[in-house]
Amino acid sequence: MRLRRKRRLLRCARRRRDLTPVQDKTRQIRPDDILLMSVVRNEKIRLPYFLSYYRKLGINHFLFVDNDSDDGTLEFLKQQPDVSVWHTAASYRRATFGIDWSNHLLRKYAHGHWVLTVDPDEFFIYPFCDTRPLRALTDWLDGTEVRSFGTILLDMYPEGPIQDAPYLEGQNPFEIAAWFDSGNYMITKNPDYGNLWIQGGPRARVFFRDRPEKAPALNKIPLVKWDRRYVYVSSTHALLPRGLNRVYEEWGGEKASGALLHAKLIDTLGFKVQEELKRGQHYRGSAEYKAYLAQLEDRPVFWCKWSEKYINWRQLEILGLMSKGNWA
Amino acid sequence: MSSSLGIIMLVHTALHRAEQVARHWTAAGCPVVIHVDRKVDRQAHDDFVAACADDPLIVFCNRHVCHWGGWGIVAATQTAATLMLDRFPDVHHVFLSSGACLPLRPVQDLIDYLADRPRVDFIESATTADVSWTVGGLDGERFTLRFPFSWRKHRKLFDRFVKLQRAIGYRRRIPEGLVPHMGSQWWCLTRQTLSAILQDPKRPIYDRYFRQVWIPDESYFQTLARLYSPQIESRSLTLSKFDHQGRPHIFYDDHMQLLCRSDCFVARKIWPDANRLYQTFLSDQTGTLKPAEPNPGRIDRVFSKAAERRTRGRDGLYMQSRFPRHGSGNGLTAFPYSVFQGFAELFDDFEDWLGNATGARVHGHLFAPDRAEFAGGETIINGSLSDCAVLRDYNPTAFLSNLIWNTRGERQCFQFGPADTQKINWFLARDKNAQVCVVTGAWAVPLFKSNRNFADIRAEAARLQKIETEQLEVLDSVWTKARVHVWSMAEFVESPIERLQMIIEEMGAAQPGHLIEAPRLVNLDGFGKFLQNLKNQGMHPHLMGDFPDDDLFSGQNRPYHKPYLVQ
Repeated sequence: MRLRRKRRLLRCARRRRDLTPVQDKTRQIRPDDILLMSVVRNEKIRLPYFLSYYRKLGINHFLFVDNDSDDGTLEFLKQQPDVSVWHTAASYRRATFGIDWSNHLLRKYAHGHWVLTVDPDEFFIYPFCDTRPLRALTDWLDGTEVRSFGTILLDMYPEGPIQDAPYLEGQNPFEIAAWFDSGNYMITKNPDYGNLWIQGGPRARVFFRDRPEKAPALNKIPLVKWDRRYVYVSSTHALLPRGLNRVYEEWGGEKASGALLHAKLIDTLGFKVQEELKRGQHYRGSAEYKAYLAQLEDRPVFWCKWSEKYINWRQLEILGLMSKGNWA
Repeated sequence: MSSSLGIIMLVHTALHRAEQVARHWTAAGCPVVIHVDRKVDRQAHDDFVAACADDPLIVFCNRHVCHWGGWGIVAATQTAATLMLDRFPDVHHVFLSSGACLPLRPVQDLIDYLADRPRVDFIESATTADVSWTVGGLDGERFTLRFPFSWRKHRKLFDRFVKLQRAIGYRRRIPEGLVPHMGSQWWCLTRQTLSAILQDPKRPIYDRYFRQVWIPDESYFQTLARLYSPQIESRSLTLSKFDHQGRPHIFYDDHMQLLCRSDCFVARKIWPDANRLYQTFLSDQTGTLKPAEPNPGRIDRVFSKAAERRTRGRDGLYMQSRFPRHGSGNGLTAFPYSVFQGFAELFDDFEDWLGNATGARVHGHLFAPDRAEFAGGETIINGSLSDCAVLRDYNPTAFLSNLIWNTRGERQCFQFGPADTQKINWFLARDKNAQVCVVTGAWAVPLFKSNRNFADIRAEAARLQKIETEQLEVLDSVWTKARVHVWSMAEFVESPIERLQMIIEEMGAAQPGHLIEAPRLVNLDGFGKFLQNLKNQGMHPHLMGDFPDDDLFSGQNRPYHKPYLVQ
């Protein structure tokens, strides 16, 4: 495992040549700032809401990698006062789906910081997020000597076919995609890295009902008190050293955990799928996207009569999709 | 003007908050002696002192280095207390607080409260035998062993050294006259008691002893106060809650209502950025509400619930932060449920009958090979759980625990049998929430009624019997925690009503004494002959029990026309 971690570190050191700084404001970062790391490609339509959501949460500085967008993403990010952005035209797949880039930037700028690594369609929810800022959580985690915080990726979807409700720039995506599956997740433990492997939800139920083993992983560990020795090994599903993956309790109790609301299943998915297939840069030969394409033509509806409409974190807590642990 | 109440404040972080609180005390006339941890850097310390310089009631004492669980905190308290008693002769009670403490009630309330109890020392102080909250399992031993290593920083060394001392039977002598007591670090003592402790001629002996005690800040004053105090009220005036690891719970803005209603004088620990709390409680609170006693009951409940969530969690929940190992965790599922095997084959309309009789939700064969037969023919059920067999069989235990979790509060029943997917058997057997009722061999009834070729029937019977035999071995294992009832078919049909009644009673269905029509047994005329035919073909159907092949048996069953179950 140590070798694997070193190999990852080497990889990210090699991949750093892919990145050219476009706007480097990392000097603004103060010692106790909370950072956010994200790799984006053609996400301009999503970014305004994304930035405002996370600024409100208490993120002090954003680190972006722009993977050769052509929709004005880079120009938009350059206008932001609290954003540092790097550009690359290199292969997303060869950078292990972007994590080599993230690992490199995290190693360089996030050492000693709490850092949230999310995609632009993931929105972090944690216990008391409506009354306590993110710093309350990180202070508490520091106080209890916890270094990483686990979440479930909760796929949100609209009531009708996803093409029917167009998403507008700046809009809260969960006005459209307000629904989720509350109780059909399947969990096993990954013996290699010690992380949990969670599958299920609407995508497994609709897209992968014949091949559930191919359904996407929903376990994520996005919030970490970073150290330069750490690496993400597979998206944000797992880290090394392995101790960081132990965000769950094995002796019956519940640790505190959160959720990432996933605004993928909205009408931007169609374009995204076409584009990603053309690039062929995604995991498992983009099998996930191929499946989407085949089924999107049938105008799928994820909504069913047992879908839950999102209200707040307390609802997720009661449903068992996240936990306060002993944070009260 | 100088008040009869003096405040000692131990500060190591969030100095701006400490200043705010100190000024709040002095505004009511209470002198404040502040101890700043030596670990705070010089510049920050000097700025802090300068900021408070305009207030003559705020005084700073000499600094000590304070580590958690170490002697430094006691030394700091001693220094500050000595200074307080020397500098402010009017002070009658001394209140020990930290920089993260926040007064919840008007200061005058506290002053009046103490003035009414001039001789009372408020210090939580219990003998080691009486406390249950110690962390690390060391209670008596913290007074008899030595602790040169930090528990937080050198946990391994700490543990090894404790083990070593235990192994060689090392015990320190407790100074004569001392009975070790422990309690909350935050106290409020009278001048008399405090000065007696500080000016005791034996103090060097006591100090030398307590230097090597583990977490002396929870025992030094608590023990010595017992020597001198005329009247100890063994509780702390500071509301302070600890989690299961011995770390203080923190208060945030959203605790406002809880704190308001607690009627406690001072609370800790307050999150430094809890602006609303500081704003509200440090503003002028005129109009004393009532001379209420502190009542932290509600807050206690909130925090003890949190501790339970962390240590026990919710039974039957599997999620990103709770995934019990095999054998740990209390229940594998969230709620009791029942599994019936062979009943639907033996009775007409068994499912409807069971639903009526118990009010439970009765599913068909949830583990049928083609789909999960949810009650009412639904294709999707609570929690958006799909009936898709592939999804279900991908992780059958998740399927079942999800179903029970999603419908918790309503009892679920489902049919099972050897023709179903068998991967769930071990889970069922190990789950104490499961009630598993099996009539063995009843799978033969549909075969008996079927219109298939006998060779096929024979092959199928052999297959099902093999599967059921294996299943019974699982249900009979030593790890089984489910309530399992197994009858052979012959045994069961002898007195089916009594058996059903027993099952339903065990389910704890409502309406005792209520009469319900029993379900109708299928007609078994010729079943004995059918079994004999199987035997004649070289198969050995043994799970049904003994059915005479002359069908005498089915004649016995005819008499009851209107059987009733008494619930």
